[in-house]
Amino acid sequence: MTDFTRRALVKGGTALGAAGALTGPALLDWAKAWAQNAPWKPEKGAKLSMLRWKYFVQAEDDAFVKLIAAFTAATGVPVDISRESYEDVQPKASVAANTGTGPDLFWGLYSLPHLFPQKCMDVSDVADYLGKTHGGWVDSAVKYGKSGNKWIAIPICYSGALINYRLESSKKAGWTKFPTKTDEFLEYAKAMKAQGTPGGFALGHASGDGNTWVHWCLWAQGGQAVDASDKVIINSPETVKALDFAKNLYGSMIPGTASWNDASNNKAFLAKEIHWTNNGISIYVAAQNSAKDVAADMDHAYFPIGPVGKPTELHLMYPILAMTYTKYPQACKALIAFMLAADNFNPWIQSAKGYLTHCLNEYDKNPVWTADPKTTPYRDVAKRSLTAGGLGSVGEKAATAIADFVVLDMFANVCTGREDTKGAIAIAERQLKRIYR
Amino acid sequence: MTIALDQNRPARSYREVTRWDRLKTNRNWLAIWFMLPAAAFLILFLAYPLGLGVWLSFTDARLGRDGVFVGLENYEFLWDDTTFWLSVFNTLLYTSVASIIKFAVGLYLALLLNERLPFKAIIRAVVLIPFIVPTVLSAIAFWWLFDPQFSIISWSLKKMHVITTNIDFLGDVWNARASVIFANIWRGVPFVAITLLAGLQTVSPSLYEAATIDGATPWQRFRFITYPLLTPIIAVVMTFSVLFTFTDFQLIWVMTRGGPVNATHLMATFSYQRAIMSGYLGEGAAISTAMIPFLLAAILVSWFGLQRRKWQQGENND
Repeated sequence: MTDFTRRALVKGGTALGAAGALTGPALLDWAKAWAQNAPWKPEKGAKLSMLRWKYFVQAEDDAFVKLIAAFTAATGVPVDISRESYEDVQPKASVAANTGTGPDLFWGLYSLPHLFPQKCMDVSDVADYLGKTHGGWVDSAVKYGKSGNKWIAIPICYSGALINYRLESSKKAGWTKFPTKTDEFLEYAKAMKAQGTPGGFALGHASGDGNTWVHWCLWAQGGQAVDASDKVIINSPETVKALDFAKNLYGSMIPGTASWNDASNNKAFLAKEIHWTNNGISIYVAAQNSAKDVAADMDHAYFPIGPVGKPTELHLMYPILAMTYTKYPQACKALIAFMLAADNFNPWIQSAKGYLTHCLNEYDKNPVWTADPKTTPYRDVAKRSLTAGGLGSVGEKAATAIADFVVLDMFANVCTGREDTKGAIAIAERQLKRIYR
Repeated sequence: MTIALDQNRPARSYREVTRWDRLKTNRNWLAIWFMLPAAAFLILFLAYPLGLGVWLSFTDARLGRDGVFVGLENYEFLWDDTTFWLSVFNTLLYTSVASIIKFAVGLYLALLLNERLPFKAIIRAVVLIPFIVPTVLSAIAFWWLFDPQFSIISWSLKKMHVITTNIDFLGDVWNARASVIFANIWRGVPFVAITLLAGLQTVSPSLYEAATIDGATPWQRFRFITYPLLTPIIAVVMTFSVLFTFTDFQLIWVMTRGGPVNATHLMATFSYQRAIMSGYLGEGAAISTAMIPFLLAAILVSWFGLQRRKWQQGENND
């Protein structure tokens, strides 16, 4: 918990100048000016508390703390931040929504607000204001943010999951650029394994890395868990094709991926054991500090495109929501709008070093995406991402299917040979039918 | 004192002794009064949550939302759920294999520690270490030991040219099961060993002396003195050991999260995944409730066993 008292602010004031365009006093002046012009005036004596996902990049959290401190200085509203691992925000938010007490703001994962849309404050005015002033929202953000006609959450950022690969070994295998089509990817994986530089995707219960790649794989071949009306359609020839593709790919992966969690591929990549995988930018960030040769010899690429002919990536979305039970709705709206105001958001997204991607088009211009060309692919993840649930609704059901690893287990069952394609699909179909009933 | 004086009535008239008066002063009831706080504690923190869990298993409650009564619907779904039966199989395998080995190794260690050894006190303390280390820490250590790429075991064997590729400890179904069972044994042996050691020390040395004079071999001394006298404590230790193993959660959750492809999901971890991760509280509660018959069976075996004098005083004394 970080409690912003005036003293903490004075102490932090000297450190404020570390990153970003605005430094110490300038940031405060700007924040004050912003607060005066903002459409939302916090209530008198307002205090806010927020539960957010726990950071992956320390610098991001530092920048966030500064941003909140500036808000407190400008508006006099103290903000109490607590942090939880991103998987644990959801249960806490559900309980808070149900009991009507808890933090005012929750910043969680994927479709969190859609678990209890009637308990989320209507933030349509904030979304419209931000969309108008910052170049508009990307499509997937609109789908995540809106329930019916109103916005129930503000999509703050994405965490991109893209291909990470080594340059030298790829070149040796005959690929100067990472393949862009799924067929080529299969050949690439085979060639890489043949020369002793294999890669791998997580098939264990890895909430991030595991779920992102199997959904890409399913969707790339035209498979879908449900259709637009949430009818279960997993049992299809396209799904079979996707599973066959994955099984082939699995044959060219390094052994052991069935036990991988979210951290495994990072470790293996940094230790030069694997030469391609899917991940956020964290491997690259870590390599710049601890394995400079790996950082110099790696790059990022979009997931290859399958027979469906368009990107089918799934990236992690982080929306923020305010609960209807909050006593200070204006303060909540002011804080959300403040977080996404350019002078705040730019240094913050920059401090995340590419780990987080904006959902507002204006921030494409942020220098973090061009200063180092290796981060550029992550600029576009919000535009390329499909939403949880694929064709189906973004909501509780989609969130449950992801949290219960239905698709991931289907792929793991087939790849490891525990079940044949038919059996694996039948298990997934049964589970999905229960979730989507 | 069973008569109370009532001041308002005329003198010499006595009030009837009420039941309440008796209750207040009865020594047997006094015991009940003293037990009440403990009983309240047990009801509030044990019976109530247990009852609530069983009730939840008959509802379609979701995380953060009350459910409605759906009867046996959750159980019916689980009955046809292959993953559920896999978790039952895993739990039984995990419990039986780990308990038997823990007992064998624990008993061996206890007998060893009961001998005259140099630095006995230190050795006994060292044996306890696996039990003292927080489970999550030891689980993380094992997770590293069994890592598919960085396992020190694979590395050493490779350097010794025993194997050429890394052993897939946690990625292969049976390897993964063996690995988590090994970790559980490592953690559980000290409990068995130290408790049995305490039991061994209550065996009177004169029995051994008498047996030795009668020409008993070491095996006979163990078989006819140590073992019969140790049975009650073995029953207690093994009951606890089985209960702990059956309900294990942390080791699995840290090391495999139930993977690969649910091959190490125990009923406890599976229940957590369905109830908390996916939010199906009712279904998760049903999985937990399904553990109760197994646990009751384990308790009953030792309970009835302990009632029998044969168990307490040797083979032929019924």
